[in-house]
Amino acid sequence: MTPRILEVRKGILKKNDELAAGLRERFRSAGVFVVNLVSGPGAGKTLLLERTLATLMAQGFRAAAIVGDPETDNDARRLARSGAPTRQIRTHGICHLEAAMVGDHLADWELADFDFLFIENVGNLVCTTSYDLGESLRVVLLAVTEGEDKPLKYPALFNSADAAVVSKCDLAEACEFDRDAARTNLHAIRPGVPILETSGKTNAGLAEWLAFLTERRNAFLESQRVG
Amino acid sequence: MHELSVVRSIIELATEAIRDANAVRAIAVRIRVGALAGVAPEALVFCYDVAARGTPLEGSHLVVEVVPVVLHCPTCDRDAVVADISRFACPACGTPTADVRSGRDLEIESVEVM
Repeated sequence: MTPRILEVRKGILKKNDELAAGLRERFRSAGVFVVNLVSGPGAGKTLLLERTLATLMAQGFRAAAIVGDPETDNDARRLARSGAPTRQIRTHGICHLEAAMVGDHLADWELADFDFLFIENVGNLVCTTSYDLGESLRVVLLAVTEGEDKPLKYPALFNSADAAVVSKCDLAEACEFDRDAARTNLHAIRPGVPILETSGKTNAGLAEWLAFLTERRNAFLESQRVG
Repeated sequence: MHELSVVRSIIELATEAIRDANAVRAIAVRIRVGALAGVAPEALVFCYDVAARGTPLEGSHLVVEVVPVVLHCPTCDRDAVVADISRFACPACGTPTADVRSGRDLEIESVEVM
């Protein structure tokens, strides 16, 4: 038999992309603004989310969260203290969330009851890059304790983000964090990306972060009306 | 390390193609991986041999074509290949740009079969 070439030309993550497109459509028709939070482990995603959920709820918004970790439901228990509905995805060792996991954990939630849904991804600066979760906004966290050059080391993920949060700013001085270098590096990898600076400890920058989220949500709702 | 799950998807798609074509076995599977895909080509090749065992792809080679990042420069109004992905800027005029035209690819291109 002579060898022959079969043309395939299919996306390797096609299944995930299709599921994500389905989720995006569900989120759109329910009018819920979905944020995918990504970062390395320990950058402060959960603390930022605790503050965010508590403040949004206090302002009268309806918010919910799904949080992914390889093991434990510690983060979901922390987030639930805000009063927001919270679900934990245990990935059992898998280093990223996939659209199917998110879809399974939405289960019986009535999405139209939420204004915001936050998806806290598994702490990982590589594997989370390629998996679309149907989000409207992907936010990457960079903690001052991690060093200014993280964006240069992990360009694929930082380039895929719609916004960047520099977290743990209360520790900036102790870590001799070079703020200008960090901003330059973030903009080198993703020109024009909005950068917010926060501290979950002192709540510095939290108001600006919430204003940013609200503004993006309004733009999302506006685009639905036009579309 | 999510390369094993990526390799499983490659094997699933390639096996489908082999069955649809009534082919017997595969010699090579060609894939395209963008520099921004978040996947390490070496790790894919490393997982492939083991994951292919017991499938119609056993003994075949995984051939990876790395797709460079192509940016569109708003100033030059041209696409340009960027060799250094630590700076998203036009290599000709230096204008920063986030307009990525290719480089996120993660695609199975073809399967060579007997």
